[in-house]
Amino acid sequence: MHARDPLAADLAAGAATVGATAGRAPTGAATAVEASTVEASTVHAATAGAAAATAPPGHVSPGQRPDGKTVLGPDEISRALTRVAHEILERTNGGTDVVLLGIPTRGVPLAQRLAARLTQVEGHLVPVGSLDITMYRDDLRLRPARALGHTAVPASGVDGKTVVLVDDVLYSGRTVRAALDSLSDIGRPRAVQLAVLVDRGHRELPIRADYVGKNLPTSQREIVRVLLTETDGQDAVVLGPGRDADAQDAAGSGAGLGAGR
Amino acid sequence: MKRHLISAADLSRDDALLILDTAEELAQMADRPIRKLPTLRGRTVVNLFYEDSTRTRISFEAAAKRLSADVINFSAKGSSVAKGESLKDTALTLEAMGADAVVIRHQASGAPHRLAGWVRGSVINAGDGTHEHPTQALLDAFTMRRRLGRLDGLRVTIVGDVLHSRVARSNVLLLRTLGAEVTLVAPPTLLPVAVSAWPCEVAYDLSAALPKADVVMMLRVQAERMNAAYFPTVREYSRRYGLDAARMALLPEHAIVMHPGPMNRGVEIAAEVADSHRSTIVEQVANGVSVRMAVLYLMLGGADPGGGAPTGVAAGAAGAISPESTGALEVAR
Repeated sequence: MHARDPLAADLAAGAATVGATAGRAPTGAATAVEASTVEASTVHAATAGAAAATAPPGHVSPGQRPDGKTVLGPDEISRALTRVAHEILERTNGGTDVVLLGIPTRGVPLAQRLAARLTQVEGHLVPVGSLDITMYRDDLRLRPARALGHTAVPASGVDGKTVVLVDDVLYSGRTVRAALDSLSDIGRPRAVQLAVLVDRGHRELPIRADYVGKNLPTSQREIVRVLLTETDGQDAVVLGPGRDADAQDAAGSGAGLGAGR
Repeated sequence: MKRHLISAADLSRDDALLILDTAEELAQMADRPIRKLPTLRGRTVVNLFYEDSTRTRISFEAAAKRLSADVINFSAKGSSVAKGESLKDTALTLEAMGADAVVIRHQASGAPHRLAGWVRGSVINAGDGTHEHPTQALLDAFTMRRRLGRLDGLRVTIVGDVLHSRVARSNVLLLRTLGAEVTLVAPPTLLPVAVSAWPCEVAYDLSAALPKADVVMMLRVQAERMNAAYFPTVREYSRRYGLDAARMALLPEHAIVMHPGPMNRGVEIAAEVADSHRSTIVEQVANGVSVRMAVLYLMLGGADPGGGAPTGVAAGAAGAISPESTGALEVAR
């Protein structure tokens, strides 16, 4: 752990210098700082640092396809969502008084897909919305201020309802913690449940999912990326080595990234 | 985002749009039962007001409190400034108290720029002399976009005392960045000497300019800065450059009427215009809180860009700002 701090400081200083000369810090440099300060893994920090040292900032091509391995394809994602939809129906008495809230970015289309399946099976409309958690994050001060996602709570509200939070990847549990805080400012649901497409383990908070599409044992050095047709043009869950996360971050889709914060 | 917000020219198109989009999300919060976000918990915002202000100060205070920041209000009256303390000494006092952001209004153009070199925190210009008032321009742009759905290609006519108006300058710069076309309409005596260098059109006939305007923004006649005979009588000014119901009828169907406030009813704007459905004056105040929340969040919410060191990054940022700011200052005189 001790080895990481001076390295992070170096990177931060480097990014600050670039920021001062170029006005806005190029994403590459900012990413290196993010990787080294946010990720809990010393090893990851070291690799990110090495990457930043060898390749000039911004040299990672943003559009690069991840060279990781595809864990779930479109059919498997579809089947997993259908199963989760049925589990939700079983455990919420046929989906009465259920409100689905997706966490941006990729939780939102997932919530919409689940809502469509619930409606298909039960025949009544299930309210679906989105819940942005950016302002409630505990790591805001570790990165430059980021753009907010969209919050749209269904007109029926959440008071007295069973709210099912939907996200793509469950990792540290911090996103869900922030979502719970955010939710309590919007209303008082009767119960809150959590549905995720992928649970990759490594929780840092006492949080577990009620519905899981796929349990995916991972190392903390690996990055799980969820791609969805709505946001990425294809459906896939990809398990890749750490550096792809930086490329993804450099593309500027930091917040809702399937890297699993 | 830059470290300080001193001039509307500091904002790139991306920065400005990021602020407007963020404000759009934050505006939704007004409908919630709990209108508070924990984002700036533990941060301190100082409102440093050397000039009288109602809506700007209250707006900044409400914005900071809704983001859970601690707010210290400081007005020149009843403080050590009345005993002759200089801006620099006041700044050093604030510095010692650990202000993360200083919102400053000052009667001297350029005061926020000077302050930015003395304090560690972010400096937000809430109006300096006859120079700039960037958050007003942002909330005006936000109001236009909400009402009319776009900014690109929008035709905005700004009418009145441009010479003394920090709102006009900030609006011209920001609206230009955002792709709108600005026309200034004013008596020649109330236009800055170098107005030809501004990125906008200039006209002298209000009635002729109105039919092609999407937005008409009336500026306050700043009686407190009228130290020379800029126009013969208030009545004559009002007849030629005031917006009354007859003139308002010349506007296209969708056009809106804006005023940064405080209004002189019956001088630059008739009461019936100010209270009409085209008027966005009350909306502008509500939008001001959302926009200022967005500015505070984007400037204070993330990692400290300077890592706490006032010299390196702060000097770089100040260096980047000074050419525009001083250039604009010269234009003002």
